[in-house]
Amino acid sequence: MRFALIGQPNCGKSTVFNQVAGYKSETGNFSGTSLAYIESKVRVLSEIVDLVDLPGTYSLSGSNPAEREVLHYLTYHSVDVIINVLDSSQLTAGLSLTLELMTLGKPIIVALNMLDEAARLGMRIDGEQLQDILGVNVLPMIASRGRGIRAVFTTAMMAAREDSPPKRKKYEDKIENAIEKIAGELIGEKTQIESEYLAIKLLEGNALLLERLYEEIAELSPVVESAQKAILESEGQPTVWVLNAEHHKMAAQISNDVVTQGKRRVSRRDSLDNILLDPIWGYISLGVILWVFFQVVYGVGSLIEGPLLELFDNLALELASKIGVGTFFAEAVTGIIQGIAGGVAIVLPYLLPFLLGLGFLEDVGYLPRLAFLVDALMNRLGLHGKAIVPFILGYGCNVPAVMSTRLLESKRDRFLAATLATLVPCAARLSIVFGLVAFYLGPQLALGIYLFNLLVIALTGRLLSSLLPEGTPGLIVEIPVYRLPTWRTVMHKAWFRIREFIVDAWPLLILGSLILAVFDRFDLTSIVNSFVRPVTWVLGLPSAVGVPLIFGIFRKELSLIMLRQALGVYDFSEALTAVQMITFTVFAVFYIPCLATLAALRRELGKRNMFIIALLTVIIALIAALLARAGAMLIY
Amino acid sequence: MQLSNVENGKSVRILYFHGGIWLEDKLRQLGLLPGSSARKLRQAPWGGPIMVEVDGRTIAIGKGIASKIYVEEERRECDSR
Repeated sequence: MRFALIGQPNCGKSTVFNQVAGYKSETGNFSGTSLAYIESKVRVLSEIVDLVDLPGTYSLSGSNPAEREVLHYLTYHSVDVIINVLDSSQLTAGLSLTLELMTLGKPIIVALNMLDEAARLGMRIDGEQLQDILGVNVLPMIASRGRGIRAVFTTAMMAAREDSPPKRKKYEDKIENAIEKIAGELIGEKTQIESEYLAIKLLEGNALLLERLYEEIAELSPVVESAQKAILESEGQPTVWVLNAEHHKMAAQISNDVVTQGKRRVSRRDSLDNILLDPIWGYISLGVILWVFFQVVYGVGSLIEGPLLELFDNLALELASKIGVGTFFAEAVTGIIQGIAGGVAIVLPYLLPFLLGLGFLEDVGYLPRLAFLVDALMNRLGLHGKAIVPFILGYGCNVPAVMSTRLLESKRDRFLAATLATLVPCAARLSIVFGLVAFYLGPQLALGIYLFNLLVIALTGRLLSSLLPEGTPGLIVEIPVYRLPTWRTVMHKAWFRIREFIVDAWPLLILGSLILAVFDRFDLTSIVNSFVRPVTWVLGLPSAVGVPLIFGIFRKELSLIMLRQALGVYDFSEALTAVQMITFTVFAVFYIPCLATLAALRRELGKRNMFIIALLTVIIALIAALLARAGAMLIY
Repeated sequence: MQLSNVENGKSVRILYFHGGIWLEDKLRQLGLLPGSSARKLRQAPWGGPIMVEVDGRTIAIGKGIASKIYVEEERRECDSR
């Protein structure tokens, strides 16, 4: 037995799934959080059923990946009952999907979610009347507080056992005639309901389905085409849009019938936008929110990092002395432990608070608003507002930053955003800026490097977007109402993302540290240094910095740690001039992203784009470092 | 008139779109279809996106897209809210 959860983005579907399935689905207040479907086993009325959480979708006829996923799933998997979750405060919008789902010929029940939200807007929904009009079971639910979920699942089970699909609502005569004609061709092969459903999808022009059915029934093609043409001629637009408008019209009529609009209670949450999205206060509060966000993240991070690394250092020392100091095996073990420590030192102190904070901002509903505020700015970089997320994430760690480019619609935007996000100095590179420039040359100069970094990112964005053929598709995003997130969903989501980091990036960190140990053992440093010499020579740096730079690719913070070893000094000012420090830092901030980020780039954009981006960063780093060198020579 | 030129607080009726299929598809799904009415809530400064309310749903639309949406001002007969 299989139940499918379907609903529009932000309707609370994933919250329902998490309540019953033990937190395996990612929820978010930003549409399109769950792109692939997630399944879990659930016990309902002493029977075990598969519950699948399909991506949020506004309709079944659209062309975006989430919609195709849902339609494909519903067409080719056996689903015994559809649980259609609706955001009651947006009844009309939700019902148009419900009407579409009713054409599928599968048992369906409607869960009216977020009734509390609707009540706040002064909406009173007559559930019984809605049930009568639709001819399907309608149940009230407040998923975030766990109310009504059990009843929904029990009713769903009964509907599945009964297996009596609802009657779909009739369209205008013209369309019904067309459906009838096409269904007539199918009826020998399929059941009545199925033929009608297929007829509707064929009319809409579902390419995949067309191809498959044409093979089975050859004479279908002319019938479908002439029907489509007739509708196009009489309505002046393709059938997809005619049906979409029909669903919308019916939905509006139904919600007009069942909703009594009372007085809208103006809550503090309503007026919050008047401040947070204000042309002046909006940006001030944005600054404050991000400032607090980074303060908390880095505050928590640096608090934990020190003791944590000490712990691992002691462990490595102890193990090495047990195995025998100086043996290759001991050094390899130490290398592996350092790799593990490197991962832990990124994950626990920085990534975890970062993702928790971001998850919180996401679930509260601030991220779409942030996208609204910065859209004009991002347009200058050739991107749109949503691309701000990878940038913010980048300051913590580039890996989740690259992963988050998924939420952008076009391939071009994903490439551009990922390239720019890898130029954002992450927490590890922050340690280089702090340890070298801020410590020896003063915090103002460190800030200067940050501003210079922003400038380079902006210029790169402009340059790249003028080279890429198309423009950004532009921002279209739903702004959800503010919601108080539950800590469990925020925690779970952070875990979901950290798991990706652990699987993708951590093994590479460990491997990198192991290779490092081998290099150290067999004294390959001079080979590396001469290999990198062209770069270090151009930048006017001592050749010994070659090794730290190369190993910075494994883990960025290694650049600083190994610099001490490579130069053979404790105080950097003994071996490097101020100009050299600045040049080195600027180069280290921009050049080749770390292995873990490269792995993420490969996964999101493919191997070719990964190499292109890596090459780009080297070019950018060289130019930026030379500029910084020239600038620094003027000062010193 | 284009949606990008509507004043804050004004209600409009959507007439047609002047963009690709992708755009039209996406707008329709969010309930912005010809004939539906929308109220412009606010606009971000420096040519930023505009925010409209359609069927109780709030949507932010970039300026470029908003200039491809053609609307007419709605006569305010019965303003319930």
